[in-house]
Amino acid sequence: MTQKKLAIIATKGTLDMAYPPFILASTAAALDYEVQIFFTFYGLTLLRKDLSGVKISPLANPAMPMPVPMPVLVAALPGMESMATMMMKDKIKKKGVASIEELRSACIEGGVKFIGCEMTVDLFDFKREDFIDGIEYGGASTFFEFAGSTDICLFV
Amino acid sequence: MDYNKELDARGLNCPLPILKTKKALGELTTGQVLKVISTDAGSVKDMEAFAKQTGNELLSSQPEGKEYVFFLKKK
Repeated sequence: MTQKKLAIIATKGTLDMAYPPFILASTAAALDYEVQIFFTFYGLTLLRKDLSGVKISPLANPAMPMPVPMPVLVAALPGMESMATMMMKDKIKKKGVASIEELRSACIEGGVKFIGCEMTVDLFDFKREDFIDGIEYGGASTFFEFAGSTDICLFV
Repeated sequence: MDYNKELDARGLNCPLPILKTKKALGELTTGQVLKVISTDAGSVKDMEAFAKQTGNELLSSQPEGKEYVFFLKKK
């Protein structure tokens, strides 16, 4: 049986949207897939050494379950984002869901290859030293070199 | 059932039971048996799918109270 391949494009940098790429990639690696994730725009921030800046916002997210109904103007108050993030991380821990750090490590351990978008680094003046080691930097055509041969290709 | 290694995946949610199962199987040799105990109801279907896709044989899958017990034979 030939090895199956999965390519994922990760474009979002919020806590909730950090989960799909890392869950799918780590699981696929456990299922013996060859996996690459291309991190671009805000998704690239998921490769920072320090992930404490990865947050969730209750704004523009009407589907987010709230302990009490919260009007948009209240959700926009200073500190609400940090509070929502704290509550979400607390819930994640309580329910035995993996942290982003844990899933990212599982990806690395499983041999998932991370590609960082070179253009994004330049666009936002990111510093390479803020990112974890072992990332390959490249552009769209680097991604297609692998994506063109995959069985599954996802945009997150 | 006899087994060579036991994995306690109690309290862990998707996809951790599968990720830890994969890791634990990596420490066994061909033909050895891994016992996994999980509390995640989703792991019942996931373990079947994992076995089917990786070729490690799922010898048994049984609920025991609120827990799920699996025996996997390493490929």
